[in-house]
Amino acid sequence: MTAMLNVKDLRAYYGQVQALHGLSFSLNEGSLTTLLGANGAGKTTTLRAICNMVRSTGAIEFEGKPIGTRSTENVVRLGIAHVPQGRGTFTNMTVEENLQLGAISRSDKGAIGSDIERMYEHFPVLKQRYTQQAGTLSGGEQQMLAVARALMLRPRLMLLDEPSFGLAPLIVRDLFRILGKINREEKVTILVVEQNAQLALELADQAYVIETGRIVMSGNAKDIANNEDVRKSYLGY
Amino acid sequence: MELFANQVLAGIATGAIYACMALAVVMIYQAIDHLNFAQGEMAMFSTFVSWQLMQWGVPYWGAFVLTVAFSFAAGIVIERLLFKPLAKAPILTNVAGFIALYAIINSVAGLIWDFTIKQYPTPFGSSPFLGSQLISTHQAGMIGITLLMLLLLFFFFRFTRVGLAMRAAASLPESARLVGINTSWMIALGWGMASAIGSIAGMMIAPVVFLEPNMMLGVLIYGFAAAVLGGLSSPFGAVMGGFLVGIFENLVGTYIPGVGNELKLPIALALIIVVLVVKPAGLFGRAIVKRV
Repeated sequence: MTAMLNVKDLRAYYGQVQALHGLSFSLNEGSLTTLLGANGAGKTTTLRAICNMVRSTGAIEFEGKPIGTRSTENVVRLGIAHVPQGRGTFTNMTVEENLQLGAISRSDKGAIGSDIERMYEHFPVLKQRYTQQAGTLSGGEQQMLAVARALMLRPRLMLLDEPSFGLAPLIVRDLFRILGKINREEKVTILVVEQNAQLALELADQAYVIETGRIVMSGNAKDIANNEDVRKSYLGY
Repeated sequence: MELFANQVLAGIATGAIYACMALAVVMIYQAIDHLNFAQGEMAMFSTFVSWQLMQWGVPYWGAFVLTVAFSFAAGIVIERLLFKPLAKAPILTNVAGFIALYAIINSVAGLIWDFTIKQYPTPFGSSPFLGSQLISTHQAGMIGITLLMLLLLFFFFRFTRVGLAMRAAASLPESARLVGINTSWMIALGWGMASAIGSIAGMMIAPVVFLEPNMMLGVLIYGFAAAVLGGLSSPFGAVMGGFLVGIFENLVGTYIPGVGNELKLPIALALIIVVLVVKPAGLFGRAIVKRV
């Protein structure tokens, strides 16, 4: 397997404050990887650094190309979809317009309509609400919409920032099941940042544990889930 | 009764111009969160350009189209040169930038075309419209052109991909970048369009207020009043605000003794203050809640 994303010695800063202290990791093509850690460990910052939304140094390579100096929109145009924390829904637009926006950088306009239909198959609840303002959707529905919007890019890699945040457990299960399906069926490599470690480890095949801006543990998701010491010290369950 | 109808229609006609200026102001406000104090001067300069083209023998509609195109390009150039570098600067720096732009355009126009008042032609004529004494053909033309432009803008923003991208960039820049939209260019495009809309307003109002470097000052203040009344967050509100301010201004000037022409402008300013105190989001705006 080849590494699709290679991150070396990533350091990120918010003003004078350093949030990441030399993070290195890689994602295999087709994998579903989770990045775990407590509040403030630097999980969100890592995703933001990949999309160049925060000042950072170090090397980030996507499919062999360095992307560290590209603007956010140009990183996205390479096929890296980012579902941000808080979902980033265009609340004053309709569900369908949100999906259209997901595909706005694509040049194959003809295929967008059928992709929207495909999203409605993945997420039937969106189909019932396609003319509704996205802001009127429930939290779970908005998260589904955010994932669907990201998929409209036809991404090679999808970054998800705490998709379970604020959702009822049943809805989280449903969402994670769909993520697994997308990973398998559409061959989208996924990196998901989570605080809900138990669920994330069930879903993922690779895992990294991060603490105060450093990777402290990496490996097979099952091994990490079964390692009691790791669970107690870093994952808190 | 005929006086009333007459004043309302005349109000709609000038209101159309205020609507254009308000819309231009709101488009830039949506994109960069600042009020463009130079919007009127940009429109005035565009109007002079069209006048100059006509002096050189270009027919009216040719000059009209060329001027709109010039204004669009000039709006983009101004954004790239002056306001893109100020994007992350504090509010006051931007305000200073707008005032500088105001003064520069005003002086340059005076330098090139001097400050004497010039006649400006109307393509519609000024005879009574359809034989009615209520409204002149020029006023009817003003309303017609504005409505046509608003309709085109509506279709652009509602049904085209670029329009959708511009709306996304204005409402949530970060999310817009995350779907691959170059928000910086969307802002420039917004400037170009605002400048083009302003130029149409300038060319339509010039036969009424006559052409000179300060012609747009009062118009822009009415435009601000319209934008505030309708809501700075709502392009639709800005347009409605424009028509309402136009009608309001005319009725007050006609029916309230002592107001007359001299006190019409303070009324626009009073309207701004009243709206800001009573309903800061405007009639059609959304109250903006910012997380701090």
